[in-house]
Amino acid sequence: MSAAITTRPPTAPVPHAPAAGGTRRRSRTRTRLELALLLTPALVLFAGFVLIPIGVAAYYSLYSWNGFGPLSDFVGFQNYVDALSGEVFQGAIGHNLIIAVLSIVVQLPLSISLAMLLNRKIRGRTFLRMVVFAPYVLSEAVTAVIWLLMLQPGGFVDSILRGIGLGGLVQLWLADPSIVLYTLFLVITWKYIGFGVILLLAGLQGVPPELREAAALDGASAWQTTRHVVLPLLGPTIRIWVFLSVIGSLQLFDLVWIMTLGGPANASTTMATYLVDHGFKRYEFGFGSAVAVILFIICFLFALLYQRFALRRDTDGALTGVR
Amino acid sequence: MSRRNAIGYLAAFAVVGMTVVPLLFVVLGGFRTTAQINSSPAGLPAPFVWDNYAEVAGSPVFWRLLGNSALIAVIATTLAVVLGSMAAFALSRYRFRGREGFYTLFTLGLLFPLGVATLPLYLWLRELNLLENPLGVAIPEAAFSLPVTIVILRPFMHAIPNELEDAALLDGAAKLGFFWRILLPLSRPALITVSVLAFVTSWNFYLLPLLVFNDSTNFTLPLGVAMFQSEHTQDTAKVLAFTALSMIPALTFFVLAERRMVGGLTGSVKG
Repeated sequence: MSAAITTRPPTAPVPHAPAAGGTRRRSRTRTRLELALLLTPALVLFAGFVLIPIGVAAYYSLYSWNGFGPLSDFVGFQNYVDALSGEVFQGAIGHNLIIAVLSIVVQLPLSISLAMLLNRKIRGRTFLRMVVFAPYVLSEAVTAVIWLLMLQPGGFVDSILRGIGLGGLVQLWLADPSIVLYTLFLVITWKYIGFGVILLLAGLQGVPPELREAAALDGASAWQTTRHVVLPLLGPTIRIWVFLSVIGSLQLFDLVWIMTLGGPANASTTMATYLVDHGFKRYEFGFGSAVAVILFIICFLFALLYQRFALRRDTDGALTGVR
Repeated sequence: MSRRNAIGYLAAFAVVGMTVVPLLFVVLGGFRTTAQINSSPAGLPAPFVWDNYAEVAGSPVFWRLLGNSALIAVIATTLAVVLGSMAAFALSRYRFRGREGFYTLFTLGLLFPLGVATLPLYLWLRELNLLENPLGVAIPEAAFSLPVTIVILRPFMHAIPNELEDAALLDGAAKLGFFWRILLPLSRPALITVSVLAFVTSWNFYLLPLLVFNDSTNFTLPLGVAMFQSEHTQDTAKVLAFTALSMIPALTFFVLAERRMVGGLTGSVKG
Protein backbone atom coordinates (compact mmCIF):
# COMPACT_ATOMS: atom_id res chain seq x y z
CA MET A 1 0.00 0.00 0.00
CA SER A 2 2.81 2.37 0.83
CA ALA A 3 4.41 1.54 -2.47
CA ALA A 4 1.36 2.82 -4.24
CA ILE A 5 1.66 6.13 -2.42
CA THR A 6 5.37 6.64 -3.03
CA THR A 7 5.23 5.78 -6.70
CA ARG A 8 2.51 8.34 -7.25
CA PRO A 9 3.96 11.19 -9.32
CA PRO A 10 4.16 14.20 -6.99
CA THR A 11 2.68 16.50 -9.61
CA ALA A 12 -0.45 14.42 -10.12
CA PRO A 13 -3.44 16.45 -9.02
CA VAL A 14 -5.46 14.75 -6.35
CA PRO A 15 -8.64 16.74 -5.97
CA HIS A 16 -10.90 16.80 -2.92
CA ALA A 17 -9.24 14.26 -0.65
CA PRO A 18 -5.49 14.45 -0.81
CA ALA A 19 -4.94 12.24 2.24
CA ALA A 20 -6.85 9.30 0.82
CA GLY A 21 -5.51 9.83 -2.68
CA GLY A 22 -3.28 6.77 -2.70
CA THR A 23 -5.91 4.25 -1.72
CA ARG A 24 -8.50 5.83 -3.93
CA ARG A 25 -6.12 5.70 -6.83
CA ARG A 26 -5.29 2.13 -6.08
CA SER A 27 -8.94 1.18 -5.86
CA ARG A 28 -9.64 3.00 -9.09
CA THR A 29 -6.97 0.99 -10.90
CA ARG A 30 -8.40 -2.07 -9.32
CA THR A 31 -11.88 -1.16 -10.50
CA ARG A 32 -10.57 -0.66 -14.02
CA LEU A 33 -8.92 -4.06 -13.90
CA GLU A 34 -12.10 -5.70 -12.66
CA LEU A 35 -14.12 -4.04 -15.38
CA ALA A 36 -11.68 -5.17 -18.04
CA LEU A 37 -11.76 -8.68 -16.65
CA LEU A 38 -15.56 -8.77 -16.61
CA LEU A 39 -16.32 -7.08 -19.90
CA THR A 40 -13.53 -8.12 -22.26
CA PRO A 41 -14.50 -11.78 -22.79
CA ALA A 42 -18.09 -10.93 -23.74
CA LEU A 43 -16.95 -8.08 -25.97
CA VAL A 44 -14.41 -10.26 -27.75
CA LEU A 45 -16.96 -13.00 -28.32
CA PHE A 46 -19.62 -10.57 -29.55
CA ALA A 47 -17.28 -8.57 -31.76
CA GLY A 48 -15.45 -11.62 -33.07
CA PHE A 49 -18.49 -13.61 -34.11
CA VAL A 50 -21.18 -11.02 -34.75
CA LEU A 51 -19.73 -7.62 -35.60
CA ILE A 52 -16.60 -8.61 -37.51
CA PRO A 53 -18.33 -11.06 -39.87
CA ILE A 54 -20.81 -8.37 -40.85
CA GLY A 55 -17.95 -5.95 -41.52
CA VAL A 56 -16.06 -8.59 -43.46
CA ALA A 57 -19.15 -9.26 -45.57
CA ALA A 58 -19.29 -5.61 -46.55
CA TYR A 59 -15.69 -5.88 -47.73
CA TYR A 60 -16.14 -9.14 -49.68
CA SER A 61 -19.26 -7.76 -51.31
CA LEU A 62 -17.15 -5.40 -53.42
CA TYR A 63 -15.35 -8.27 -55.12
CA SER A 64 -16.22 -11.02 -57.51
CA TRP A 65 -14.95 -13.99 -55.55
CA ASN A 66 -15.60 -17.72 -55.46
CA GLY A 67 -14.40 -18.11 -51.88
CA PHE A 68 -10.95 -19.40 -52.75
CA GLY A 69 -7.70 -17.65 -53.59
CA PRO A 70 -6.95 -13.98 -53.23
CA LEU A 71 -9.48 -11.20 -53.49
CA SER A 72 -8.33 -9.59 -56.70
CA ASP A 73 -11.35 -8.98 -58.89
CA PHE A 74 -12.65 -5.67 -57.53
CA VAL A 75 -16.08 -4.92 -58.98
CA GLY A 76 -17.25 -2.03 -56.81
CA PHE A 77 -21.01 -2.03 -56.33
CA GLN A 78 -21.66 -4.30 -59.31
CA ASN A 79 -22.78 -7.18 -57.04
CA TYR A 80 -25.39 -4.95 -55.47
CA VAL A 81 -26.62 -3.75 -58.85
CA ASP A 82 -26.82 -7.33 -60.12
CA ALA A 83 -28.70 -8.56 -57.06
CA LEU A 84 -31.19 -5.71 -56.90
CA SER A 85 -31.90 -5.77 -60.63
CA GLY A 86 -32.35 -9.55 -60.72
CA GLU A 87 -35.92 -10.75 -60.96
CA VAL A 88 -35.44 -13.66 -58.57
CA PHE A 89 -34.08 -11.47 -55.79
CA GLN A 90 -36.78 -8.86 -56.33
CA GLY A 91 -39.27 -11.69 -56.05
CA ALA A 92 -37.58 -12.87 -52.86
CA ILE A 93 -37.89 -9.43 -51.27
CA GLY A 94 -41.55 -9.44 -52.30
CA HIS A 95 -42.12 -12.86 -50.70
CA ASN A 96 -40.55 -11.70 -47.44
CA LEU A 97 -42.78 -8.62 -47.46
CA ILE A 98 -45.91 -10.69 -48.19
CA ILE A 99 -45.13 -12.96 -45.24
CA ALA A 100 -44.46 -9.96 -42.99
CA VAL A 101 -47.70 -8.21 -43.95
CA LEU A 102 -49.78 -11.40 -43.77
CA SER A 103 -48.36 -12.09 -40.30
CA ILE A 104 -49.55 -8.74 -39.03
CA VAL A 105 -52.91 -8.87 -40.78
CA VAL A 106 -53.76 -12.49 -39.92
CA GLN A 107 -51.70 -13.62 -36.94
CA LEU A 108 -52.05 -10.50 -34.83
CA PRO A 109 -55.88 -10.38 -34.69
CA LEU A 110 -55.91 -14.15 -34.26
CA SER A 111 -53.42 -14.02 -31.38
CA ILE A 112 -55.29 -11.18 -29.69
CA SER A 113 -58.65 -12.93 -29.87
CA LEU A 114 -57.20 -16.25 -28.73
CA ALA A 115 -55.38 -14.56 -25.86
CA MET A 116 -58.57 -12.83 -24.76
CA LEU A 117 -60.55 -16.04 -24.94
CA LEU A 118 -57.90 -17.97 -23.07
CA ASN A 119 -57.71 -15.21 -20.48
CA ARG A 120 -61.22 -16.14 -19.31
CA LYS A 121 -61.46 -18.20 -16.20
CA ILE A 122 -61.95 -21.51 -17.92
CA ARG A 123 -60.92 -24.88 -16.66
CA GLY A 124 -57.59 -26.31 -17.76
CA ARG A 125 -56.17 -22.90 -18.60
CA THR A 126 -52.60 -23.79 -17.64
CA PHE A 127 -52.76 -26.91 -19.76
CA LEU A 128 -54.16 -24.92 -22.68
CA ARG A 129 -51.32 -22.45 -22.51
CA MET A 130 -48.77 -25.22 -22.61
CA VAL A 131 -50.47 -26.86 -25.57
CA VAL A 132 -50.65 -23.60 -27.51
CA PHE A 133 -47.00 -22.96 -26.86
CA ALA A 134 -45.79 -26.45 -27.80
CA PRO A 135 -45.23 -25.87 -31.56
CA TYR A 136 -43.13 -22.83 -30.75
CA VAL A 137 -40.71 -25.04 -28.83
CA LEU A 138 -40.13 -27.37 -31.78
CA SER A 139 -37.40 -26.42 -34.21
CA GLU A 140 -38.37 -25.09 -37.61
CA ALA A 141 -36.65 -28.15 -39.06
CA VAL A 142 -38.98 -30.55 -37.23
CA THR A 143 -41.98 -28.36 -38.10
CA ALA A 144 -40.96 -28.39 -41.74
CA VAL A 145 -40.66 -32.19 -41.86
CA ILE A 146 -44.01 -32.69 -40.11
CA TRP A 147 -45.87 -30.45 -42.55
CA LEU A 148 -43.95 -31.69 -45.55
CA LEU A 149 -45.34 -35.14 -44.80
CA MET A 150 -48.85 -33.95 -43.98
CA LEU A 151 -49.08 -31.88 -47.16
CA GLN A 152 -48.06 -34.66 -49.57
CA PRO A 153 -50.53 -34.91 -52.46
CA GLY A 154 -53.25 -37.28 -51.28
CA GLY A 155 -51.73 -37.19 -47.80
CA PHE A 156 -53.09 -36.39 -44.37
CA VAL A 157 -54.36 -32.84 -45.00
CA ASP A 158 -55.98 -33.76 -48.28
CA SER A 159 -57.74 -36.78 -46.87
CA ILE A 160 -59.00 -34.82 -43.85
CA LEU A 161 -60.37 -32.12 -46.14
CA ARG A 162 -62.08 -34.72 -48.29
CA GLY A 163 -63.34 -36.47 -45.19
CA ILE A 164 -65.16 -33.37 -43.93
CA GLY A 165 -66.58 -32.56 -47.36
CA LEU A 166 -64.16 -29.81 -48.25
CA GLY A 167 -62.43 -31.78 -50.98
CA GLY A 168 -62.76 -28.78 -53.28
CA LEU A 169 -60.12 -26.99 -51.21
CA VAL A 170 -57.46 -29.59 -51.94
CA GLN A 171 -54.45 -28.04 -53.66
CA LEU A 172 -51.00 -29.00 -54.78
CA TRP A 173 -49.91 -27.29 -51.58
CA LEU A 174 -46.19 -27.20 -52.18
CA ALA A 175 -46.00 -27.76 -55.93
CA ASP A 176 -48.28 -25.00 -57.21
CA PRO A 177 -46.28 -21.76 -57.61
CA SER A 178 -49.34 -19.62 -56.95
CA ILE A 179 -50.18 -21.44 -53.69
CA VAL A 180 -46.85 -22.40 -52.15
CA LEU A 181 -46.12 -19.12 -50.36
CA TYR A 182 -49.50 -19.14 -48.65
CA THR A 183 -49.07 -22.76 -47.65
CA LEU A 184 -45.77 -21.83 -46.03
CA PHE A 185 -47.50 -18.93 -44.30
CA LEU A 186 -50.05 -21.31 -42.79
CA VAL A 187 -47.26 -23.50 -41.44
CA ILE A 188 -45.49 -20.44 -40.01
CA THR A 189 -48.75 -19.42 -38.37
CA TRP A 190 -49.14 -22.87 -36.82
CA LYS A 191 -45.66 -22.70 -35.38
CA TYR A 192 -45.60 -19.13 -34.14
CA ILE A 193 -49.17 -18.34 -33.10
CA GLY A 194 -48.50 -19.72 -29.61
CA PHE A 195 -45.71 -17.25 -29.07
CA GLY A 196 -48.05 -14.33 -29.79
CA VAL A 197 -50.77 -15.79 -27.59
CA ILE A 198 -48.43 -16.29 -24.63
CA LEU A 199 -46.98 -12.82 -25.06
CA LEU A 200 -50.41 -11.19 -25.20
CA LEU A 201 -51.70 -13.27 -22.30
CA ALA A 202 -48.84 -11.91 -20.23
CA GLY A 203 -49.80 -8.42 -21.42
CA LEU A 204 -53.44 -9.01 -20.46
CA GLN A 205 -52.42 -9.95 -16.92
CA GLY A 206 -51.07 -6.42 -16.68
CA VAL A 207 -54.48 -4.88 -17.37
CA PRO A 208 -56.00 -4.06 -13.95
CA PRO A 209 -59.50 -5.56 -13.61
CA GLU A 210 -60.63 -2.30 -11.94
CA LEU A 211 -60.32 -0.55 -15.29
CA ARG A 212 -62.68 -2.99 -17.00
CA GLU A 213 -65.10 -2.74 -14.10
CA ALA A 214 -64.99 1.05 -14.18
CA ALA A 215 -65.67 1.04 -17.92
CA ALA A 216 -68.55 -1.39 -17.45
CA LEU A 217 -70.02 0.81 -14.68
CA ASP A 218 -69.85 3.77 -17.03
CA GLY A 219 -72.01 1.81 -19.44
CA ALA A 220 -69.38 0.67 -21.93
CA SER A 221 -70.22 -2.46 -23.88
CA ALA A 222 -67.84 -5.43 -23.87
CA TRP A 223 -66.62 -4.45 -27.31
CA GLN A 224 -66.10 -0.80 -26.28
CA THR A 225 -64.17 -1.86 -23.21
CA THR A 226 -61.96 -4.09 -25.32
CA ARG A 227 -61.45 -1.50 -28.01
CA HIS A 228 -60.84 1.56 -25.84
CA VAL A 229 -59.44 0.16 -22.59
CA VAL A 230 -57.79 -3.21 -23.13
CA LEU A 231 -56.26 -2.79 -26.59
CA PRO A 232 -54.50 0.52 -25.80
CA LEU A 233 -53.04 -1.05 -22.66
CA LEU A 234 -51.80 -3.98 -24.75
CA GLY A 235 -50.04 -1.45 -26.99
CA PRO A 236 -46.47 -2.09 -25.85
CA THR A 237 -46.91 -5.87 -26.11
CA ILE A 238 -48.44 -5.60 -29.57
CA ARG A 239 -45.70 -3.29 -30.78
CA ILE A 240 -42.96 -5.60 -29.61
CA TRP A 241 -44.74 -8.59 -31.18
CA VAL A 242 -44.97 -6.75 -34.51
CA PHE A 243 -41.28 -5.96 -34.32
CA LEU A 244 -40.24 -9.55 -33.65
CA SER A 245 -42.66 -10.86 -36.25
CA VAL A 246 -41.38 -8.59 -39.04
CA ILE A 247 -37.74 -9.27 -38.24
CA GLY A 248 -38.53 -13.00 -38.21
CA SER A 249 -40.38 -12.75 -41.54
CA LEU A 250 -37.47 -10.92 -43.14
CA GLN A 251 -34.97 -13.62 -42.26
CA LEU A 252 -37.18 -16.63 -42.90
CA PHE A 253 -35.01 -19.56 -43.93
CA ASP A 254 -35.13 -22.99 -42.22
CA LEU A 255 -38.75 -23.81 -42.97
CA VAL A 256 -38.57 -22.77 -46.62
CA TRP A 257 -35.23 -24.45 -47.24
CA ILE A 258 -36.44 -27.81 -45.97
CA MET A 259 -39.95 -27.70 -47.43
CA THR A 260 -39.39 -26.22 -50.89
CA LEU A 261 -35.77 -25.04 -51.33
CA GLY A 262 -37.38 -21.81 -52.55
CA GLY A 263 -39.24 -23.55 -55.36
CA PRO A 264 -41.12 -24.41 -57.40
CA ALA A 265 -39.74 -21.98 -59.99
CA ASN A 266 -38.53 -19.60 -57.25
CA ALA A 267 -42.11 -19.06 -56.11
CA SER A 268 -41.12 -19.30 -52.45
CA THR A 269 -37.56 -17.95 -52.54
CA THR A 270 -36.78 -15.67 -49.61
CA MET A 271 -33.83 -13.32 -49.23
CA ALA A 272 -32.11 -15.78 -46.93
CA THR A 273 -32.63 -18.84 -49.17
CA TYR A 274 -31.39 -16.76 -52.11
CA LEU A 275 -28.33 -15.83 -50.07
CA VAL A 276 -27.49 -19.41 -49.16
CA ASP A 277 -28.29 -20.67 -52.64
CA HIS A 278 -25.90 -18.26 -54.33
CA GLY A 279 -23.25 -17.73 -51.67
CA PHE A 280 -22.93 -21.28 -50.54
CA LYS A 281 -24.28 -23.64 -53.17
CA ARG A 282 -22.88 -21.77 -56.16
CA TYR A 283 -19.72 -20.43 -54.53
CA GLU A 284 -20.53 -16.82 -55.42
CA PHE A 285 -19.17 -15.51 -52.16
CA GLY A 286 -18.75 -11.91 -53.25
CA PHE A 287 -22.27 -11.82 -54.64
CA GLY A 288 -23.68 -13.70 -51.63
CA SER A 289 -21.99 -11.22 -49.29
CA ALA A 290 -23.66 -8.37 -51.15
CA VAL A 291 -27.01 -10.08 -50.65
CA ALA A 292 -26.20 -10.52 -46.95
CA VAL A 293 -25.40 -6.82 -46.66
CA ILE A 294 -28.65 -5.88 -48.41
CA LEU A 295 -30.64 -8.14 -46.09
CA PHE A 296 -28.79 -6.69 -43.14
CA ILE A 297 -29.47 -3.11 -44.22
CA ILE A 298 -33.16 -3.80 -44.78
CA CYS A 299 -33.52 -5.33 -41.30
CA PHE A 300 -31.41 -2.67 -39.68
CA LEU A 301 -33.33 0.18 -41.31
CA PHE A 302 -36.58 -1.38 -40.25
CA ALA A 303 -35.31 -1.86 -36.69
CA LEU A 304 -34.05 1.70 -36.52
CA LEU A 305 -37.21 3.28 -37.91
CA TYR A 306 -39.48 1.08 -35.84
CA GLN A 307 -37.45 1.82 -32.76
CA ARG A 308 -37.62 5.53 -33.49
CA PHE A 309 -41.31 5.80 -34.33
CA ALA A 310 -43.11 2.91 -32.71
CA LEU A 311 -41.20 1.57 -29.74
CA ARG A 312 -39.55 4.63 -28.15
CA ARG A 313 -40.64 4.56 -24.52
CA ASP A 314 -41.63 0.97 -24.13
CA THR A 315 -38.49 -0.82 -25.29
CA ASP A 316 -36.94 -1.32 -21.88
CA GLY A 317 -39.74 -3.15 -20.11
CA ALA A 318 -41.21 -4.84 -23.13
CA LEU A 319 -38.01 -6.19 -24.64
CA THR A 320 -36.88 -7.77 -21.43
CA GLY A 321 -40.30 -9.24 -20.95
CA VAL A 322 -40.33 -10.83 -24.35
CA ARG A 323 -37.24 -12.84 -24.82
CA MET B 1 -71.37 -14.91 -18.84
CA SER B 2 -71.91 -18.60 -19.43
CA ARG B 3 -72.48 -17.99 -23.13
CA ARG B 4 -69.15 -16.18 -23.30
CA ASN B 5 -67.51 -19.03 -21.48
CA ALA B 6 -68.98 -21.43 -23.98
CA ILE B 7 -67.34 -19.49 -26.78
CA GLY B 8 -64.11 -19.62 -24.81
CA TYR B 9 -64.31 -23.40 -24.51
CA LEU B 10 -65.12 -23.72 -28.19
CA ALA B 11 -62.11 -21.62 -29.15
CA ALA B 12 -59.92 -23.51 -26.72
CA PHE B 13 -61.10 -26.78 -28.23
CA ALA B 14 -60.34 -25.57 -31.77
CA VAL B 15 -56.90 -24.35 -30.76
CA VAL B 16 -56.02 -27.57 -29.02
CA GLY B 17 -57.18 -29.49 -32.08
CA MET B 18 -55.16 -27.45 -34.53
CA THR B 19 -52.08 -27.68 -32.34
CA VAL B 20 -52.27 -31.29 -31.27
CA VAL B 21 -53.51 -33.03 -34.42
CA PRO B 22 -50.23 -32.58 -36.38
CA LEU B 23 -48.29 -33.78 -33.36
CA LEU B 24 -50.57 -36.80 -33.00
CA PHE B 25 -50.21 -37.48 -36.73
CA VAL B 26 -46.47 -37.79 -36.18
CA VAL B 27 -46.54 -39.82 -32.99
CA LEU B 28 -49.30 -42.21 -34.11
CA GLY B 29 -47.93 -42.42 -37.65
CA GLY B 30 -44.76 -43.81 -36.14
CA PHE B 31 -46.81 -46.76 -34.90
CA ARG B 32 -48.17 -47.57 -38.37
CA THR B 33 -46.58 -49.08 -41.43
CA THR B 34 -45.93 -47.03 -44.54
CA ALA B 35 -48.47 -49.21 -46.35
CA GLN B 36 -51.12 -48.33 -43.75
CA ILE B 37 -50.29 -44.62 -44.08
CA ASN B 38 -50.41 -44.70 -47.85
CA SER B 39 -53.75 -46.46 -48.00
CA SER B 40 -55.37 -44.25 -45.35
CA PRO B 41 -53.32 -41.15 -44.52
CA ALA B 42 -55.54 -39.99 -41.67
CA GLY B 43 -56.18 -43.38 -40.10
CA LEU B 44 -55.21 -44.78 -36.73
CA PRO B 45 -52.60 -47.48 -36.16
CA ALA B 46 -54.25 -50.82 -36.83
CA PRO B 47 -52.49 -52.89 -35.76
CA PHE B 48 -49.94 -51.05 -33.63
CA VAL B 49 -46.43 -51.52 -34.99
CA TRP B 50 -43.41 -50.98 -32.79
CA ASP B 51 -40.80 -51.69 -35.45
CA ASN B 52 -40.28 -48.10 -36.60
CA TYR B 53 -39.57 -46.74 -33.15
CA ALA B 54 -37.49 -49.76 -32.27
CA GLU B 55 -35.39 -49.42 -35.41
CA VAL B 56 -34.81 -45.69 -34.96
CA ALA B 57 -34.00 -46.01 -31.25
CA GLY B 58 -31.81 -49.02 -31.99
CA SER B 59 -29.68 -47.35 -34.64
CA PRO B 60 -26.66 -45.29 -33.61
CA VAL B 61 -27.65 -42.43 -35.96
CA PHE B 62 -30.34 -40.98 -33.72
CA TRP B 63 -28.22 -41.12 -30.57
CA ARG B 64 -25.24 -39.58 -32.29
CA LEU B 65 -27.36 -36.64 -33.46
CA LEU B 66 -28.73 -36.27 -29.96
CA GLY B 67 -25.24 -36.32 -28.49
CA ASN B 68 -23.91 -33.76 -30.96
CA SER B 69 -26.83 -31.43 -30.30
CA ALA B 70 -26.44 -31.77 -26.54
CA LEU B 71 -22.69 -31.17 -26.61
CA ILE B 72 -23.02 -28.04 -28.73
CA ALA B 73 -25.96 -26.69 -26.73
CA VAL B 74 -24.15 -27.21 -23.41
CA ILE B 75 -21.00 -25.44 -24.63
CA ALA B 76 -22.98 -22.58 -26.16
CA THR B 77 -25.16 -22.14 -23.07
CA THR B 78 -22.24 -22.24 -20.66
CA LEU B 79 -20.27 -19.71 -22.68
CA ALA B 80 -23.20 -17.34 -23.11
CA VAL B 81 -24.30 -17.48 -19.48
CA VAL B 82 -20.82 -17.22 -17.94
CA LEU B 83 -19.62 -14.37 -20.15
CA GLY B 84 -23.06 -12.74 -20.21
CA SER B 85 -23.44 -12.67 -16.44
CA MET B 86 -19.94 -11.22 -16.03
CA ALA B 87 -20.73 -8.47 -18.51
CA ALA B 88 -24.17 -7.87 -16.99
CA PHE B 89 -22.53 -7.52 -13.56
CA ALA B 90 -20.08 -4.93 -14.90
CA LEU B 91 -22.88 -3.08 -16.66
CA SER B 92 -25.23 -3.07 -13.68
CA ARG B 93 -23.14 -2.67 -10.51
CA TYR B 94 -20.28 -0.41 -11.67
CA ARG B 95 -20.40 3.22 -12.69
CA PHE B 96 -18.04 4.17 -15.49
CA ARG B 97 -17.94 6.28 -18.58
CA GLY B 98 -19.19 4.49 -21.67
CA ARG B 99 -21.32 2.06 -19.70
CA GLU B 100 -24.51 2.84 -21.61
CA GLY B 101 -22.54 2.75 -24.84
CA PHE B 102 -21.43 -0.82 -24.17
CA TYR B 103 -24.95 -1.80 -23.21
CA THR B 104 -26.36 -0.30 -26.42
CA LEU B 105 -23.75 -2.18 -28.43
CA PHE B 106 -25.01 -5.46 -26.99
CA THR B 107 -28.69 -4.54 -27.38
CA LEU B 108 -28.01 -3.82 -31.05
CA GLY B 109 -27.66 -7.57 -31.34
CA LEU B 110 -31.38 -7.85 -30.52
CA LEU B 111 -32.42 -5.32 -33.11
CA PHE B 112 -31.15 -6.98 -36.22
CA PRO B 113 -31.29 -10.60 -37.23
CA LEU B 114 -28.11 -12.45 -36.47
CA GLY B 115 -28.94 -15.14 -38.97
CA VAL B 116 -27.88 -12.62 -41.60
CA ALA B 117 -24.29 -12.90 -40.48
CA THR B 118 -24.03 -16.62 -41.22
CA LEU B 119 -22.51 -16.50 -44.69
CA PRO B 120 -19.63 -14.19 -43.72
CA LEU B 121 -19.44 -16.11 -40.46
CA TYR B 122 -18.88 -19.27 -42.48
CA LEU B 123 -15.91 -17.68 -44.26
CA TRP B 124 -14.58 -16.43 -40.94
CA LEU B 125 -14.87 -19.89 -39.36
CA ARG B 126 -13.06 -21.39 -42.33
CA GLU B 127 -10.29 -18.89 -41.73
CA LEU B 128 -10.15 -19.97 -38.07
CA ASN B 129 -10.17 -23.66 -39.03
CA LEU B 130 -13.37 -24.28 -37.12
CA LEU B 131 -15.35 -25.99 -39.89
CA GLU B 132 -16.49 -29.54 -39.06
CA ASN B 133 -15.84 -28.65 -35.41
CA PRO B 134 -18.56 -28.48 -32.72
CA LEU B 135 -16.89 -25.32 -31.43
CA GLY B 136 -17.43 -23.71 -34.82
CA VAL B 137 -21.16 -23.88 -34.12
CA ALA B 138 -21.17 -23.50 -30.33
CA ILE B 139 -19.03 -20.35 -30.12
CA PRO B 140 -21.04 -18.27 -32.63
CA GLU B 141 -24.27 -19.49 -31.03
CA ALA B 142 -23.02 -18.25 -27.69
CA ALA B 143 -22.22 -14.90 -29.31
CA PHE B 144 -25.73 -14.80 -30.77
CA SER B 145 -27.23 -15.45 -27.32
CA LEU B 146 -25.20 -12.79 -25.51
CA PRO B 147 -27.53 -9.84 -26.23
CA VAL B 148 -30.63 -11.55 -24.80
CA THR B 149 -28.63 -12.82 -21.83
CA ILE B 150 -27.33 -9.36 -20.97
CA VAL B 151 -30.63 -7.60 -21.60
CA ILE B 152 -32.42 -9.94 -19.18
CA LEU B 153 -29.68 -10.16 -16.53
CA ARG B 154 -28.75 -6.49 -16.27
CA PRO B 155 -32.04 -5.14 -14.89
CA PHE B 156 -32.32 -8.16 -12.63
CA MET B 157 -28.89 -7.59 -11.10
CA HIS B 158 -29.54 -3.87 -10.97
CA ALA B 159 -32.65 -4.42 -8.85
CA ILE B 160 -30.78 -6.23 -6.09
CA PRO B 161 -30.58 -3.73 -3.20
CA ASN B 162 -27.39 -1.73 -2.74
CA GLU B 163 -27.53 -2.37 1.02
CA LEU B 164 -26.59 -5.98 0.36
CA GLU B 165 -23.52 -4.90 -1.55
CA ASP B 166 -22.55 -2.31 1.08
CA ALA B 167 -22.90 -4.88 3.84
CA ALA B 168 -20.76 -7.39 1.94
CA LEU B 169 -18.06 -4.81 1.26
CA LEU B 170 -18.09 -3.67 4.92
CA ASP B 171 -17.61 -7.26 5.96
CA GLY B 172 -14.42 -7.23 3.93
CA ALA B 173 -15.61 -8.98 0.77
CA ALA B 174 -14.11 -7.78 -2.49
CA LYS B 175 -16.51 -6.61 -5.17
CA LEU B 176 -15.88 -9.76 -7.18
CA GLY B 177 -16.52 -11.79 -4.04
CA PHE B 178 -19.89 -10.08 -3.73
CA PHE B 179 -20.60 -11.02 -7.36
CA TRP B 180 -19.70 -14.65 -6.86
CA ARG B 181 -21.10 -15.34 -3.38
CA ILE B 182 -24.15 -13.11 -3.21
CA LEU B 183 -25.26 -11.65 -6.51
CA LEU B 184 -25.07 -14.79 -8.62
CA PRO B 185 -26.99 -16.99 -6.16
CA LEU B 186 -29.64 -14.26 -5.85
CA SER B 187 -29.93 -14.03 -9.63
CA ARG B 188 -30.76 -17.69 -10.01
CA PRO B 189 -34.26 -17.27 -11.48
CA ALA B 190 -32.93 -14.96 -14.18
CA LEU B 191 -29.94 -17.22 -14.78
CA ILE B 192 -32.28 -20.15 -15.34
CA THR B 193 -34.31 -18.11 -17.81
CA VAL B 194 -31.32 -17.06 -19.89
CA SER B 195 -29.90 -20.59 -19.79
CA VAL B 196 -33.13 -22.02 -21.12
CA LEU B 197 -33.26 -19.42 -23.88
CA ALA B 198 -29.64 -19.98 -24.90
CA PHE B 199 -30.07 -23.75 -24.79
CA VAL B 200 -33.22 -23.76 -26.90
CA THR B 201 -31.71 -21.31 -29.40
CA SER B 202 -28.75 -23.60 -29.87
CA TRP B 203 -30.84 -26.78 -29.88
CA ASN B 204 -33.07 -25.52 -32.70
CA PHE B 205 -30.46 -23.72 -34.78
CA TYR B 206 -30.37 -24.95 -38.35
CA LEU B 207 -28.60 -22.58 -40.73
CA LEU B 208 -25.20 -22.37 -39.07
CA PRO B 209 -24.72 -26.13 -38.55
CA LEU B 210 -25.94 -26.61 -42.13
CA LEU B 211 -23.06 -24.49 -43.39
CA VAL B 212 -20.39 -25.63 -40.93
CA PHE B 213 -20.95 -29.40 -41.10
CA ASN B 214 -20.58 -31.41 -44.26
CA ASP B 215 -19.79 -34.69 -42.58
CA SER B 216 -23.08 -36.21 -41.41
CA THR B 217 -21.42 -37.73 -38.32
CA ASN B 218 -21.16 -34.16 -37.00
CA PHE B 219 -24.80 -33.28 -37.70
CA THR B 220 -27.11 -31.91 -35.03
CA LEU B 221 -30.71 -33.07 -34.53
CA PRO B 222 -32.43 -30.46 -36.79
CA LEU B 223 -30.04 -31.28 -39.63
CA GLY B 224 -30.48 -34.97 -38.95
CA VAL B 225 -34.28 -34.84 -39.08
CA ALA B 226 -34.22 -33.04 -42.41
CA MET B 227 -31.58 -35.43 -43.76
CA PHE B 228 -33.44 -38.51 -42.57
CA GLN B 229 -36.60 -37.27 -44.25
CA SER B 230 -34.90 -36.67 -47.58
CA GLU B 231 -33.09 -40.02 -47.44
CA HIS B 232 -36.19 -42.08 -46.59
CA THR B 233 -38.87 -40.47 -48.76
CA GLN B 234 -40.34 -43.91 -49.47
CA ASP B 235 -40.59 -44.88 -45.80
CA THR B 236 -42.98 -42.32 -44.30
CA ALA B 237 -43.64 -44.35 -41.16
CA LYS B 238 -39.98 -44.47 -40.23
CA VAL B 239 -39.56 -40.75 -40.87
CA LEU B 240 -42.51 -40.11 -38.58
CA ALA B 241 -41.02 -42.29 -35.83
CA PHE B 242 -37.71 -40.50 -36.20
CA THR B 243 -39.38 -37.09 -36.07
CA ALA B 244 -41.49 -38.08 -33.07
CA LEU B 245 -38.44 -39.20 -31.11
CA SER B 246 -36.58 -36.04 -32.03
CA MET B 247 -39.42 -33.89 -30.64
CA ILE B 248 -39.21 -35.47 -27.20
CA PRO B 249 -36.15 -33.63 -25.81
CA ALA B 250 -37.41 -30.15 -26.71
CA LEU B 251 -40.92 -30.82 -25.40
CA THR B 252 -39.68 -32.41 -22.16
CA PHE B 253 -37.26 -29.60 -21.60
CA PHE B 254 -40.02 -27.08 -22.18
CA VAL B 255 -42.38 -28.76 -19.71
CA LEU B 256 -39.65 -28.86 -17.07
CA ALA B 257 -38.44 -25.31 -17.59
CA GLU B 258 -41.74 -23.52 -18.19
CA ARG B 259 -42.57 -22.61 -14.57
CA ARG B 260 -39.11 -21.39 -13.71
CA MET B 261 -38.89 -19.34 -16.90
CA VAL B 262 -41.92 -17.26 -16.03
CA GLY B 263 -40.44 -16.44 -12.61
CA GLY B 264 -37.22 -15.22 -14.17
CA LEU B 265 -39.01 -13.07 -16.71
CA THR B 266 -41.27 -11.49 -14.11
CA GLY B 267 -38.21 -10.52 -12.07
CA SER B 268 -36.52 -8.89 -15.01
CA VAL B 269 -39.62 -6.92 -15.94
CA LYS B 270 -39.97 -5.53 -12.43
CA GLY B 271 -36.32 -4.47 -12.45
